[in-house]
Amino acid sequence: MKAKLRSLLGIEPLDSQQILEILALAKRMNPARPRITLRGRRIALLFYENSTRTRTSFEIAAKSLGASTVVIHATTASIEKGESLKDTGQTLQSIVDAIVIRHPSSGAPVLLSRLIDIPIINAGDGMHAHPSQALLDAFTILNHKKSLKGLKIVTIGDIFHSRVARSDAHLFSKLGARVVFCGPDVLLPESARELAPGVEIVRDMDDAIRNADVVMMLRVQQERLSGMQINVDEYIRRYQLTASRLKLAKKDAIVMHPGPMIRGMEMTDEVADCKQSVVLEQVLNGVKVRMAILAALFGGKR
Amino acid sequence: MSAILLKGGHLIDPASKFDALADVVLRDGRIEEIAEPGKTKCAVDETLDVTGLIVAPGFIDLHVHLREPGQTHKESIATGTAAAAAGGFTSVCAMPNTRPINDSPAVTRWMQDEERGAVVNVFPIAAATLGSLGVKLSDYRELKKAGAVALSDDGKPILDDHIMREALAMAAKVGLPVIQHAEDTKISGGNPMNEGVTSFKLGLRGQPAASEWQMVERDIRLTSQEGGRLHVAHISTAKSLEMVRLGRASQVDVTTEVTPHHFLFTEENCSNYDTRYKMNPPLRSAADRDAMVAALVDGTIDAVATDHAPHALFEKEVEFDKAAFGITGLEIALAATITVLHHTGKVSLTRVVELLSTNPARIMGLNGRGTLAKAAVADVTIFDPQKLWTYQVDKTRSRSRNCPYDGMHFYGKVRATIVGGRVVFNEL
Repeated sequence: MKAKLRSLLGIEPLDSQQILEILALAKRMNPARPRITLRGRRIALLFYENSTRTRTSFEIAAKSLGASTVVIHATTASIEKGESLKDTGQTLQSIVDAIVIRHPSSGAPVLLSRLIDIPIINAGDGMHAHPSQALLDAFTILNHKKSLKGLKIVTIGDIFHSRVARSDAHLFSKLGARVVFCGPDVLLPESARELAPGVEIVRDMDDAIRNADVVMMLRVQQERLSGMQINVDEYIRRYQLTASRLKLAKKDAIVMHPGPMIRGMEMTDEVADCKQSVVLEQVLNGVKVRMAILAALFGGKR
Repeated sequence: MSAILLKGGHLIDPASKFDALADVVLRDGRIEEIAEPGKTKCAVDETLDVTGLIVAPGFIDLHVHLREPGQTHKESIATGTAAAAAGGFTSVCAMPNTRPINDSPAVTRWMQDEERGAVVNVFPIAAATLGSLGVKLSDYRELKKAGAVALSDDGKPILDDHIMREALAMAAKVGLPVIQHAEDTKISGGNPMNEGVTSFKLGLRGQPAASEWQMVERDIRLTSQEGGRLHVAHISTAKSLEMVRLGRASQVDVTTEVTPHHFLFTEENCSNYDTRYKMNPPLRSAADRDAMVAALVDGTIDAVATDHAPHALFEKEVEFDKAAFGITGLEIALAATITVLHHTGKVSLTRVVELLSTNPARIMGLNGRGTLAKAAVADVTIFDPQKLWTYQVDKTRSRSRNCPYDGMHFYGKVRATIVGGRVVFNEL
């Protein structure tokens, strides 16, 4: 048995037991029925990048557990005046009990956790990790499937730039799923195969999606491309999820997307709104799972 | 000046093919006598008992950043050379990426001025192009007169083919080597680590190995056309070594150096976003690291050079992609070389001395150094090859502590460093 979790920096340090415990806890969470687990706790939401879903759901999750929150946007804080992450972190440490951080630099939460002594929750760092998203993705899958063991989960699109794809792959792998990545060379390097046990690369989308239990679509992160050339028409032709392609997956396959979704790019309207799509459910589950994360990390004794 | 007798040591001088017990007399900054043990009749002022220790020609570091002028919050010539002395280096070749850039005889002379307080010899490497901008050559003839020993835009590669051609041709005319930091920045993107499995896992953008070896390949091609001498700085990929071997096979005058970190560590050391493992060129794959060790053994690599690159804490204790490139290394170069190469039985101590002294002196054309032949300059490094010790960065003589070697155990310790007949570091 591992020591009690103190920070959530990524999925990699967790074992399957810890993952399942958070997911079980999430089942009992409901933002409509507030708790007092974190009464009196102060949580800073330190956002160096814009975010709608993650920030809102962490904020609602924290408040639903009785904590008070303060949102700090890098663009409106001393950070814009050139303050380092170290100084910002040390300043916050003296006035809050935990920090939820979103940062464009991979590894920033790891750095912060080395510099200060309060729990750090990674709400997405660069291209590295987005553990709360991976947990809510697993939670959503488990609402539809008995277990992840043996499932074929195919992730399609811009995997190189995706922290969600990386964290999902670690988590799905730990819970025994087959993880299939599909995308063009520039957005899916061969080295992705070594990310976690059970990760495969299938370049042809039809082959990748055949008999899949879960189809996870990713947005092409235009803002992170930095010089890489993507031909949009060709991308759509080769990697867009259409109704006919979805038919290649298992009949009861679900379609997921971590958002933000660009309709007409990674999937058609028809697929985005189809019965198999669980995209909106993912958002709702986000609050429950983030309540569970906060409760698991510093619920109980002070 | 006084005379010193080094008594009871084992003298290893590859340049004069000497490898035996001998007493050495230093007088007036020169080697006066190499005598059989106990046989010298010279009168001396001081005797150092170096029984059981290796007496070697002073080590020469081909690649250091002393940060002066302009960035004395990181290092100064005085503190950097103090660290050099502790590492057994009697000479260091200082890269020109100072502020201002050392592209002028004035800065070159200023760096060698006695007022800088250098503890060991400082040989400036001048910028190959004005401002290291890669556009217009600096004045090689005047720079050489001022004391520059080589030309380089280190930190920045000379990308433009025709500028590199001009640099090689002009350097050949004045008889200096061109040192290239081989990195095609159009391919590397200036990214913070090596491209591979680890960079993918960490979500960091990578520098492909090709960004180095393609530049080495081009430079060797240009050198074969223009003549002159090319020295490849801090080589780091197996494929670059292949290029050097091919170049030599076709008689191109190319030499190369490797840093201790590139034969000790791999990209996996970056796994926890520890910026003490961030440098340029980045730590490469395990296969590349193993290729460095093999090339040190087979002679493809001529020298061990530290690329000592001090940075203040605030420049390193930041997000990995924002942290400054570079680590300090002057104080562990010998220890790393002995630990990886000699203690494992891969090379003799003679080869260790070649890598740290004989070959660097030859590459930079430092006559009278890199040897302990009679009448040579009395630059001497005395070390204990067996000594097991632990490096502690809080005891460093450098102004900076950006160093991953802290707490590491090494075999081989410098015991004394003598520059021009004067003891500048003494742990005897």
